Amino acid sequence: MTAAHQITAGFMPLFDSAVLVAAGEMGFAAREGVDLVLHRETSWANIRDRIAIGHFDLAHMLGPMPLACNLGLTPLASETIVPFSLGLGGNCVTISNAVWEGMAAHGAVSDLDPARAGTALGAFIRERAAAGRDPLRFAVVHPHSGHNYELRYWLAACGIDPDGEIEIVIVPPPFMADALAAGRIDGYCVGEPWNSASVSAGTGHIVTVKALLWRNSPEKVIGARKAWAEAQPEALAALLRALHHSARWCQDPANRGELAALMAQPGFLGQSTEIQMPVLTGHLRLGSGAERNVEDFFVPFDKAANFPWKSHALWFYTQMVRWGDIAHTPENLAVARDCYRPDLYRAALKPLGVALPGANAKVEGALKIATPVGSAGASLVLGPDGFFDGRIFDPDQIDAYIGAQRPG
Amino acid sequence: MVLSSLAVLVIDENRIRASIIEAGLREAGHQRVTVVHDVAGIARRIAEIQPDVIVIDLENPNRDMLENMFQLSRAVKRPIAMFVDRSDQASIEAAVDAGVSAYVVDGLRQERVKPILDMAVSRFNAFSRMARELEEARSELENRKVIDRAKGILMKSRGLSEDAAYTLLRKTAMNQNRKISDIAHSLVTTAGLLGPLEDE
Repeated sequence: MTAAHQITAGFMPLFDSAVLVAAGEMGFAAREGVDLVLHRETSWANIRDRIAIGHFDLAHMLGPMPLACNLGLTPLASETIVPFSLGLGGNCVTISNAVWEGMAAHGAVSDLDPARAGTALGAFIRERAAAGRDPLRFAVVHPHSGHNYELRYWLAACGIDPDGEIEIVIVPPPFMADALAAGRIDGYCVGEPWNSASVSAGTGHIVTVKALLWRNSPEKVIGARKAWAEAQPEALAALLRALHHSARWCQDPANRGELAALMAQPGFLGQSTEIQMPVLTGHLRLGSGAERNVEDFFVPFDKAANFPWKSHALWFYTQMVRWGDIAHTPENLAVARDCYRPDLYRAALKPLGVALPGANAKVEGALKIATPVGSAGASLVLGPDGFFDGRIFDPDQIDAYIGAQRPG
Repeated sequence: MVLSSLAVLVIDENRIRASIIEAGLREAGHQRVTVVHDVAGIARRIAEIQPDVIVIDLENPNRDMLENMFQLSRAVKRPIAMFVDRSDQASIEAAVDAGVSAYVVDGLRQERVKPILDMAVSRFNAFSRMARELEEARSELENRKVIDRAKGILMKSRGLSEDAAYTLLRKTAMNQNRKISDIAHSLVTTAGLLGPLEDE
């Protein structure tokens, strides 16, 4: 039998490509008539460029990356849309043992609490500065990444200036653990399993996690070339249904072993199944023997994890403005607003009779407890979704939010 | 000669490919060519070399790091634009197809850079053709070995002559519309599964 649609997709070796990988490997795509051809890439720049010139129809992408493409921040002009989110959470901030010792001297304990860790880090940074030592160097995976923005958000909320008091550099995810062990960087923010890799090697300590900085916050997405999506709406819809089934399968605890074994294959992550269990169970080893369970550490399906909320895109946009990537103008705001496409998600999944949110955007950080929300079809429960500093992002109050975050 | 005074930095972890590009650039009259295989400490090298054009292979995972460095322009102290020209889609496609990318110092005119990128693209293509041919030769040799083993199995198990064994393989391949090497592979695998047959 020949497939009705052939789709070529790129991905990076990170655990959060699992929903896309499993869609191809576990038969979900084939069942929707899609022949999904997966290509592992070595850099986010390649993913971006190969979508731009049409090598890939779509790809595993950093949440803010399609925005950066559409806002003209990338070398190749290309219109990229986001019809599907690959999950919530999954990142950690990992630091070297030396920095951990310094932070512990200022009151940090192994509880992952962002506020306490941030305060200790700030005190340690100032102690170093007073002693005339070089600023700490942190790494993120790409300038236009959730990692960059959440690291900066955390530091700034704890009174640390990410541009003045530390240095932020770019290191590819699979190199993070080595760079930390070699002393080229002092800490990093990356998706799993590249945090557990450092802990496992005894060279790093996890100090906080994305799920505690902003609970149920957006991470990777499916970025699709707009021209392709418009030319092949049926292919895209079929793939979105396959991804939906795949995400549901990935979320099911009964499939953890099989999923970890799949991702452990050399063509995907190529890392042991053992090192992938923390992301699947939320049971993290933090370093120096400390362990901690994190609720909603990585959510590939539950809590409308796959819905491309416009409020997620708009939050990324506010951070791009905040850190000087782009000017806040009505035109740029419109570009950011049009990038994520809940309409395509809804249209594709409607025939399945699954729960679909009624709104395209939500107030982020308002849900303190899990809350059922208005939806079409089955019932839908969201959140909790709080930012650790208690702030709220209302996408209807963007000017005020950006104004409140302006330095000085 | 003004045209050849551009400083070109080639970053490629594959030494053979890098030297092929370097040779091509020198042949084309570019004397200021530097080749770097390892991106460790690249910021300092870029500051020393002050390249006008940087050619890098797409297999290099550090592209993200490099691009960010250019954007911050700390390492190079000059703004950098990427690729030859955003509007030159054909060049970009050819480059990405070949697996190469060029980063160009802002203000440098496209016609001065394009020949460099074109050269890199053709050298990359030549290299991958070479690699492919090598791979084909290797698998050809491998296939010949498997066919010999299959013949041996047939000779032993059916008491055939070498010629007759080969004829049987070829006939089976023709009947099933498959390659002789495929038939030989299946035969060897089956014999392996059945065990003693081959070792008798």
